[in-house]
Amino acid sequence: MATILEKSGFNPDKKLKIVGSSPIKHDGIDKVTGRAKFGADMYLPGMLVGKILRSPHAHAIIKSIDISAAEKLPGVKAVICRDDFPEIKAGSADGDMTRNAMAREKALYDGHPVAAVAATSESIAKEALKLIKVEYEVLPHVIDPVEAMKPDAPILHDYLRTKGVKGADQPTNVVERYELGIGDVAAGFAEADVIVEREFDTKPMHQGYIEPQGCVASTTEDGQIELWCSTQAPWVYRDRLSNILKIETAKIRIQQSEMGGGFGGKTGFYPEPIAIQLSRKARRPVKIALTRNEVFRATGPVSGTKSRIKIGCKKDGTITAAEAELIFQTGPFTGSAFTNAPQAMFTRYALKNVKTVSYEVVSNRPKVNSFRAPCVPQVVFGVEGVIEELARKIGMDPIDFRLKNAATEGYKTIYGETFGPIGFVETLEAAKKCDHYRTPVPPGQGRGTASGFWFNRGGETTGTLNIGIDGSVTLILGTTDVAGSRISISMMAAEELGIPVDKVRAVMADTHSLGFNRVTAGSRTTFSTGMVIIDSARKAIAELCKRAAGLWGVSPDAVTFEDGYCKPAGANVGNFEPLSIAQIAAKTMATHGAIAGHSEMNVTGAGPGFGLHIVDVAVDQETGRVDIKRYTVVEDAGKAIHRLQVEGQFQGGAVQGIGWALNEEYCYGKDGRLENPSFLDYRMPVASDVPMIDTEIVEIPNPRHPYGLRGVGEVPVVPTMAAIANAIGQCIGVRPQSLPMSPPKLLKLIDDHKAKK
Amino acid sequence: MRSGGVTRVDVRYEAPETLQAAVALLASAGEPAKILAGGTDVIVQMETDLIEPALLVDIKKIPELRQIVAENGGFRIGAAVPGLTIMDHAALAKTWPGVLDGVKLIGSIQVRGRASIGGNLCNGSPAADSVPPLIAAGAIARIIGSKGTREVPVEKIPTAPGKTSLAKDEIIASFFLPPRAPHSGDAYQRFTPRTEMDIAVVGVGINLTLDSSGTCTAARVVLGAVAPTVLLSKECADALIGTKVDAAALDKLAAAASAACRPIDDKRGTKEYRIKIAGVLAKRTAQQALEVARKN
Repeated sequence: MATILEKSGFNPDKKLKIVGSSPIKHDGIDKVTGRAKFGADMYLPGMLVGKILRSPHAHAIIKSIDISAAEKLPGVKAVICRDDFPEIKAGSADGDMTRNAMAREKALYDGHPVAAVAATSESIAKEALKLIKVEYEVLPHVIDPVEAMKPDAPILHDYLRTKGVKGADQPTNVVERYELGIGDVAAGFAEADVIVEREFDTKPMHQGYIEPQGCVASTTEDGQIELWCSTQAPWVYRDRLSNILKIETAKIRIQQSEMGGGFGGKTGFYPEPIAIQLSRKARRPVKIALTRNEVFRATGPVSGTKSRIKIGCKKDGTITAAEAELIFQTGPFTGSAFTNAPQAMFTRYALKNVKTVSYEVVSNRPKVNSFRAPCVPQVVFGVEGVIEELARKIGMDPIDFRLKNAATEGYKTIYGETFGPIGFVETLEAAKKCDHYRTPVPPGQGRGTASGFWFNRGGETTGTLNIGIDGSVTLILGTTDVAGSRISISMMAAEELGIPVDKVRAVMADTHSLGFNRVTAGSRTTFSTGMVIIDSARKAIAELCKRAAGLWGVSPDAVTFEDGYCKPAGANVGNFEPLSIAQIAAKTMATHGAIAGHSEMNVTGAGPGFGLHIVDVAVDQETGRVDIKRYTVVEDAGKAIHRLQVEGQFQGGAVQGIGWALNEEYCYGKDGRLENPSFLDYRMPVASDVPMIDTEIVEIPNPRHPYGLRGVGEVPVVPTMAAIANAIGQCIGVRPQSLPMSPPKLLKLIDDHKAKK
Repeated sequence: MRSGGVTRVDVRYEAPETLQAAVALLASAGEPAKILAGGTDVIVQMETDLIEPALLVDIKKIPELRQIVAENGGFRIGAAVPGLTIMDHAALAKTWPGVLDGVKLIGSIQVRGRASIGGNLCNGSPAADSVPPLIAAGAIARIIGSKGTREVPVEKIPTAPGKTSLAKDEIIASFFLPPRAPHSGDAYQRFTPRTEMDIAVVGVGINLTLDSSGTCTAARVVLGAVAPTVLLSKECADALIGTKVDAAALDKLAAAASAACRPIDDKRGTKEYRIKIAGVLAKRTAQQALEVARKN
């Protein structure tokens, strides 16, 4: 694959006209007028309504399923269950995927799909669900991961043996034990003057996207499948659907809809394979739009965790060793991406001695899915609590403590990467200088800080740039636009071509129109697709120069491109008036046809991101209710392409973290059923719960990108819960170690602390 | 599925223009019927399959259910008047600020644009925000049914979560808020983890009257979300009556409020927490009601 990385052309002195501004998003008008089409907004002639029957049991053997009565109900066109999916070996990646889409041997969580119906109306489909007879043998269940690790816990999968443990031959719920470290922690702790060790726990939280999963599947008699859906990963969906449904990828065409929020939660499918199988059986298009109840009961939350974290430092602040034991709940199937946590949790500090042991554990709750910086914020909640405690113990400002230990260029990380130019030190310095940190803590309030890191990602990416006959430009992008990547990428194309950004329009491709694109996740899209489109623009510019050379009768080498014009490279070339893109494009019929650029890469060179959050809180000491008074996010964006979008990412991460920190929690009954599957009782913050989130964009360029950018989607949530907990600790005298820091839990902490004094 | 059929019958919607017609519809309905005012509970419950009514009787076209009028020195509020209209009523705001505080806390602006106090009461939730201040105010509901009209104190209407003492063919037409004695004040406070769009973990409505020396001569204290129905607590009222509503009285009130609670552990709060917060909130609400009373 071609790559421009080695010659990214990054030039810190280049004067930028478009990059760094904040133009109106091209998809913005559609979004605010309601014209944008989301997953559930597709209608096809003859379309049926699909509904899913879900297990009311957290853990049960499915002894039999009788769909005959449902099939006879007038208006019902198809009923499916496990028998309508190809058999795939349990315990394999595809085996897990098909079993999560439709239960086979067992139902493994409340809400697990067991059958589905397609009918001519929603009410008929609902009636038909009631006619499906499922015979269950209810088994003991386990919700909590620590309980699930106990020897006498109910076993979810007889075949499971712990990976990473020699000689593990007994059935278990522990999927994997993963050890990662550097140096010698015993020697490190021996050098420490102060050691702090604490235990923490966090709860699963839902990504909370406003748009529930929605899709329409349509199939033809010769086996072609079209799927319209809300997804962060059209190509990944296609390839996985191909694997579990045994259909060639060339026969599955997926068109992504607009994205009504994903945050990682739409990186894996839910109703899509069901809609396809219903459509194949009914020979009609089928729409399934999940309800919020279904979203909460059966789509991915993030992992809940238990952790023990120990850090030692010298009196001068130098950290000598760090150790962690981490447990991650993953739902009934592996896939939590938990190894991110030990790799990222301490990374930003130049540590020499680190030891981590991590476990991934299955239990009877919905399979977890990605969320911004998967598995990292949960453990940073603990790490940054210990960091602030150490700083206070040795009488050092917490930001100075972090500066003392900050990793810089050349530090070799625990996961093997050696940092290039990074902006952690600059981020910390910017935080110290910002108005919020310099303002004294208001009376009665507490202030906390916390820092975070995310790798940022690259990966397989494709894209095309087409120049129209009038010189305006269209882009064909594959990576889903979850948070404004379209406008940022259009801006980079415009910057390269020297044309106004309004002359550029991007469309989101279906999976037949471009080569494989990895999922939009890990803060990779504006970086990677931006890179591909810049490469495409440079290829198109080379072609423009060739066409100008042809029109002038000179060699292509004698033409340069500058600010949107092809010009003679020097005085000796001849006296030619510069030609604009539009002028050259107008002559494409007479030259060699359309001018375009296309690129595909496996993009590397993502620059790591670092952030520091500052938060002031007030706590009602009689009720335990927390009021977030002031919040500032300081983060290195490398280069902010679209400043407002970058600020929006910072703010959105902090807001989601505020919900996770304070109130978001799944309530399971003793029967293993979810009791709060609605936004009324699953308490995400509402607008009036959060203050305006202030932002400070630090720009330490990533030289491996033409404009220096770093991804900004993950870091903003990483430190949030830790910062809030640290602030609450300052307010009430004891630092909470368990999420959510909801009023009842906090009041108990306050009262217990008072009783001790 | 209904009445032995194999296909579902769609919901029948009726919007009568008189109370008599509405009552007749309810009386003759052979299938499950639901009264529809703002719909902020009914529609949501239908959407989430909690209820499956066959008949919806929309009462918003009945004029007397949509108006607020002065009556005998008090106010009569139509049962289907939307929350925002009640909040905009200047004379009500001055006389019954606690009732308005209850209305103001229901849902969000959008919800209050539709939701009515009649619906809030008939939904039967012990956590309904407008109910404790209405009971504290001594509000009387006018109920119309096939057998005629009844005047019933609001506290007699909820009987259990989701249940009321109304007969199948009865509709609440209006609420009467009585005239006020001088030096009277009411207040409602609730506790929720979020600022809005949340359901009370505990709610407290208090209405009290002082004499010219500042001694409390009458009080009604109502606790929400701490028992199967909203509680009108005599013990709490007794803690205030005859006192200057000073620190000692407030402590006694808090203790009485906590003692009166019969809460459950659920997704919205624990027993232990509700009992504690009932005391805290009773104090705070009494202080607020006291301030209002002193100004009147």
